[in-house]
Amino acid sequence: MLGRRRSFIPLLLFFIFFVVFMYGPMIAIFTLSFQGPGGGLTFPMRGASFHWFFELFQPQRVGDFKGSFIRSLSLASIVMILTVMISLAAGLAFRKGFKGASFVFYLSIASLIVPSILLTLGIGLLFDQLGFESQWYSSGLGAHLSWTLPFGLLIMFAVFNRFDKSYEEAARDMGASPRQVVQLVLLPIIAPSLVGVGLFGFTLSFDEFARSLLAMGVYNTLPLEIFGMTTTVTTPTLYALGTLTTSISFFVMGVSFWLITWFRKRRSGQFN
Amino acid sequence: MTRYLQITPLLLVLILFFIGPIIVIGVVSFWDYNAFSLIPDFVLTNYEELFSSGVTYTIYLKTLKFTLVTWLVTFLVGFTVAYFLAFHVQSLTWQMALFLICTIPFLTSNIIRMIAWIPVLGRHGLVNETLLGMGLIDKPLEWLLYSDFAVVLAFVHLYTLFMVVPIFNTMMRIDKSIIEAAYDAGANGWQTLIYVVLPLCKSGIAIGSIFVITLVMGDFVTIQTMSGGQSASVGVAMNNKRALLQYPAAAADAVVLLITVLIIVAVLMRFVNIRKEL
Repeated sequence: MLGRRRSFIPLLLFFIFFVVFMYGPMIAIFTLSFQGPGGGLTFPMRGASFHWFFELFQPQRVGDFKGSFIRSLSLASIVMILTVMISLAAGLAFRKGFKGASFVFYLSIASLIVPSILLTLGIGLLFDQLGFESQWYSSGLGAHLSWTLPFGLLIMFAVFNRFDKSYEEAARDMGASPRQVVQLVLLPIIAPSLVGVGLFGFTLSFDEFARSLLAMGVYNTLPLEIFGMTTTVTTPTLYALGTLTTSISFFVMGVSFWLITWFRKRRSGQFN
Repeated sequence: MTRYLQITPLLLVLILFFIGPIIVIGVVSFWDYNAFSLIPDFVLTNYEELFSSGVTYTIYLKTLKFTLVTWLVTFLVGFTVAYFLAFHVQSLTWQMALFLICTIPFLTSNIIRMIAWIPVLGRHGLVNETLLGMGLIDKPLEWLLYSDFAVVLAFVHLYTLFMVVPIFNTMMRIDKSIIEAAYDAGANGWQTLIYVVLPLCKSGIAIGSIFVITLVMGDFVTIQTMSGGQSASVGVAMNNKRALLQYPAAAADAVVLLITVLIIVAVLMRFVNIRKEL
């Protein structure tokens, strides 16, 4: 390709600029969250300390941080497990094909792209009219699933479209029952992708705001609490919170990548 | 039989938390209300008020403007990034590593990513301090934060990934020999890009556009936060009505928004077969 050499450098510079644009502001608040006690919301740093992290755990200052944090972790864990199970089951069903498959598929896509403000209003109203109280573990859970399941399903589609059916045929030829084919052949092969689905389920739920707004009931999840703080908190506590939640997302990503590599290694080990 | 059992949980969630809420919104948009409660009824007043108010048109125009500008910028940036990754990075390992770097921010909190602009764009933020230091300006630029500029910047920051991923995905499927053929036939780099690569990325661009457009059209929190409450959009208007407990009015707003979004998506879907893309 002739054009490549000349355009490589400008494109590389553009890409670097893009990465800086993506990560720069985040790095700025991570740094600023370690401001000294006298420091403000902007540079320069006035000393360095964990002051604003300790401040975070003073309940009177920044609302219900601890409660909302625990709720968000619990909800994200539940959403993760349900997203993996339901997406996998649905993926298997789509693979075999069923009546109305294309309708259910487009329904899932619609659930993904429907404006969040509309959905959260609808879920709040639905629970209200049915006489149920909105709670994070009922209406809130549903709101999050309406967002994570379509992602999970799309990943399952991508996985099964690339899945080599001859593995299953070989297992069947050797006398495996349908259950054994799934348990001993299919699941181990797609395990890394399932970890990916779980990662999406957890992080998307943990950080979800738009669909949670009117669906959580009395007790806020963490993103809702943070949103409340954006207008009231004018100290680096806000940044400390950002550093903390982002660390959790990074931790979950780290664990997932480790698990994915582990599954891959185990599989290639078995085949050699 | 098992296949129907396997699809049931997904279907149940979609019926309860997608179809159900939309039906409720449709029904409630025809209800009446007073300061305290909702009154089940069948009135058209909510829609009449919506369409007779000049504010509605201003707000829709404003929302469409945000959508159009954001779409254009995310498309240009997203396409360029995807193009670099797909055609200029040679090794698959590097491709995947750089692609991962692009996707990681997607898995972190949107609100935190918005807050992160404060130390950069604020009155005493990095940009202003740098420009002041260089003597390019003599007082801080006020339009950097809490402005329409900040809103669009945040949208681009948050949603460009939704363009990069599907476009990169379609680009990776393009047979490299097609591009070589274009060069052999005498096309230069630009011509190859415009007449060969771009048309082949049509469906990826359409999927990315669907994401970006629906996310921006229905947005409430980015516009509220980044404009400092000074700019309006359909989502912000809906949320204000909701806060005043005018649920039927908010529901009517939601129905009109949904129809608008559906029309846009229907047009974009003509360019793409989603199931083939996966």
